[in-house]
Amino acid sequence: MPDFIELDRLEKVFTVRRRAGRLRRERREVRAVDGISCTVARGEMVGYIGPNGAGKSTTVKMLTGILTPSGGRLRVAGIDPATDRTRLARRMGVVFGQRTTLWWDLPLRDSYALMRRLYRIEPARYRVNLERCVDLLDLGALLDVPVRQLSLGQRMRGDIAAALLHDPEVLYLDEPTIGLDVVSKAKVRGFLRDVNAERGTTVLLTTHDLTDVEQLCDRVVVIDRGRLVYDGGLAGLRAAGGGERTLVVDLAREAPPVEVPGARFVRSEGPRQWLALPAGASAAPVVAALAARYPLADLSVREPDIEEVIARVYASGGVPAPTAAPR
Amino acid sequence: MVDGLRAYALITGMWVRSTLAYRASFAMTVVANFAVTALDFVAIMIMFGHVDALGGFAMAEVAFLYGTTSAAFGLADLLLGSMNGVGQRVRDGTLDVLLVRPVPVFLQVAADRFALRRLGRVSQALLVLGWSLVQLDAASWSAGQWLMVPMMVLSGTAIYGALYAGGAAFQFWAQDAAEVQNSFTYGGNTLLQYPPTVFGAELVRGVTFVVPLAFVNWVPALRVLGRDDPLGLPGWVDFASPAVALVCCAGAGLAWRAGLRGYRSTGS
Amino acid sequence: MHAVRLSLTVAGHSFRRYATYRVATLAGVFTNTVFGFILAYTFVALWHERPQLGGYTPEQALTFVWIGQALLATVALMGGGVEEELHGRVRSGDVGIDLHRPADLQVWWLSADLGRAAFHLLGRGIVPLAVGALGFPLALPALPLPWLLFLVSVALGVVVGFAIRYLVALSAFWLLDGVGVRALSGLLGVFFSGMLLPLTLFPGVFGEVVRWLPWAAMLQVPADVLLGVHRGGDTLAALAFQAGWALALLALGRAVQRLAVRKVVVQGG
Repeated sequence: MPDFIELDRLEKVFTVRRRAGRLRRERREVRAVDGISCTVARGEMVGYIGPNGAGKSTTVKMLTGILTPSGGRLRVAGIDPATDRTRLARRMGVVFGQRTTLWWDLPLRDSYALMRRLYRIEPARYRVNLERCVDLLDLGALLDVPVRQLSLGQRMRGDIAAALLHDPEVLYLDEPTIGLDVVSKAKVRGFLRDVNAERGTTVLLTTHDLTDVEQLCDRVVVIDRGRLVYDGGLAGLRAAGGGERTLVVDLAREAPPVEVPGARFVRSEGPRQWLALPAGASAAPVVAALAARYPLADLSVREPDIEEVIARVYASGGVPAPTAAPR
Repeated sequence: MVDGLRAYALITGMWVRSTLAYRASFAMTVVANFAVTALDFVAIMIMFGHVDALGGFAMAEVAFLYGTTSAAFGLADLLLGSMNGVGQRVRDGTLDVLLVRPVPVFLQVAADRFALRRLGRVSQALLVLGWSLVQLDAASWSAGQWLMVPMMVLSGTAIYGALYAGGAAFQFWAQDAAEVQNSFTYGGNTLLQYPPTVFGAELVRGVTFVVPLAFVNWVPALRVLGRDDPLGLPGWVDFASPAVALVCCAGAGLAWRAGLRGYRSTGS
Repeated sequence: MHAVRLSLTVAGHSFRRYATYRVATLAGVFTNTVFGFILAYTFVALWHERPQLGGYTPEQALTFVWIGQALLATVALMGGGVEEELHGRVRSGDVGIDLHRPADLQVWWLSADLGRAAFHLLGRGIVPLAVGALGFPLALPALPLPWLLFLVSVALGVVVGFAIRYLVALSAFWLLDGVGVRALSGLLGVFFSGMLLPLTLFPGVFGEVVRWLPWAAMLQVPADVLLGVHRGGDTLAALAFQAGWALALLALGRAVQRLAVRKVVVQGG
């Protein structure tokens, strides 16, 4: 079976005109997406991450047919998005974190009714899908509220439902949890997991919030300055970034820096001390050694901060992507 | 295309339903719109309180010009007036939301914020047109003269509509230039309310050959009113409005496509 | 003192912000110039029939047209500026934030609008007037005093215009079709300010009434001041007329604002 999404040396070059001096204008080429190749199988859930201006939204815009690529090849479900935009539109759902597809002045319900007719969704299927979304995203009380009166989190949930009413095969989410409170975030993540598991919907998620990725995606694609710098599992990314795990030790009383083999002292604050462990190393022997030598009150292990890991990946100019993608 | 028109009907229907939900408020705005768009005709009436003829045209003849152009402009404004907002959508990026829907963007933009209150201008214009027909003793007109009236209004609607669409296409390049469009739409409507004899020959030539506003009413109306054409064009030109309208629409369609293509390649 | 400094900062910021809309400014100048030509031709035809119509010579009538085009954006006859922004903030509920700022809402927006008007006077006023002067014989004063008085009168006209637009924007607290109200207000402004036709041409009692309405302060009065229609003390009376409307409408705006605040407090936006 061919891959569901195929990017082959995909490129997008913008010409930027900049005011240089009073009258002169400078033309400069910006390679927003600079030869990205990767594939996504049907039913995968992929986190697409990178710093601001890395080319994330440009890629999503090409995938959805908003922008025409300047080079390379792109297929989604065998369709070229640039030439067959409206045909593909029926099979995909898009949620732009900052821009709503909902009708500002009208109740949420009216926006959904319009979606039903624009996408020609069969009434029975529409009822089922709407009910499901309303149920899982907790929209029941909001259906008759004009969209402008919804909070950001409520509106985002409303937008996600709107993108799923027509049973899209693929769902693109651009920063879906930006600005949401903790409860809304959890709700949105849980819902996305369900949709992916039950419907086999392929999900591509661009985000700044790495917790989204950690909780949802088995696979991460990291890009920087338009180029792919990592493609693989989260664990692999951690190892690749060479991040260290942190052991937080609460001693019974204040003490000089502890010394145990296999760990390095980082800092202390009163009775609490921070130790660093190399990524991938087991914490058990260190904990055992600590317990033997010091009076311990409490202890916890922190995984390397993924943001830090990614920063390190960027700094090192990328790592060779593992050839075998997870799953 | 059929899909697009269906989407246009769906989206405008949505806006109409939401306005009609507040009937009293809606009725008030339509009435107010009707009254207030009539003010520019009141200005013409005041002028004729001081003079008997303007550029050699009597009040009833000017009313005929006013009625035909305003009806056409009002209809185009009702149907496509919202396209003026496309620059704003490009600027804030909300155009992308329309681009991922399975219906043509053009009609989505046209249907956006459809405002039924704009019927106020149309009805006011038709009233003035009716009054002028009575004053001009249109009962004695030939069938040909009569036929030219709806021809003017419909062709005019298409010409103004093409200007709205063309102006919207222009906004893909210059997002802040929405006001230039007003020069041609509102400006054109103001221009065509007065007889061509009032204006300089260059201006008349310009709106005949460059931006063919003259075909909304001037050229055909002069024939209906039995007046001489100041440019001395051949007689068949008086019936050319539908053809001119068609060319305008085709041009606007091409401009829109080019604009959208440009947007999709630059993502400005 | 602090309030004055804050107002100046707000006005300066607003001036610079409008100055960055280069394309919009060019587009506006183009539109004003096109309308100027259309109206100027109709006025030529009108004054050709009746050379002293409304008490103006043909040159004065043409000057009136081009002053109108030059001031259209400055006094925001057709709406816009703070009206659109404030209306947007009322609709989105962001105005709730504004109401809790330490600065007074009305003074804040007035300062912003004065900054905008200053830019529009320079950016959108000078070119149409210059084009008009090149294309038609105009009756512009050669001495500085009428120009100075004109500037004072324009400033007062801007304040009156602001006060009206402020009320229109606040109406969004109660009315559903705020855009419709704004469109109506714009059309009223165009007609009753003298933009379409000098108010001195309006007949009988209607004309008397129209000349006393606040819209007259936005164009008719500044134009007459520049044209030197008023003599001596009459000019001061005309400026006092503008100032009177400005104060009355600003006071009304405050009253409505108080009601709006109460509504926000009660309903939470």
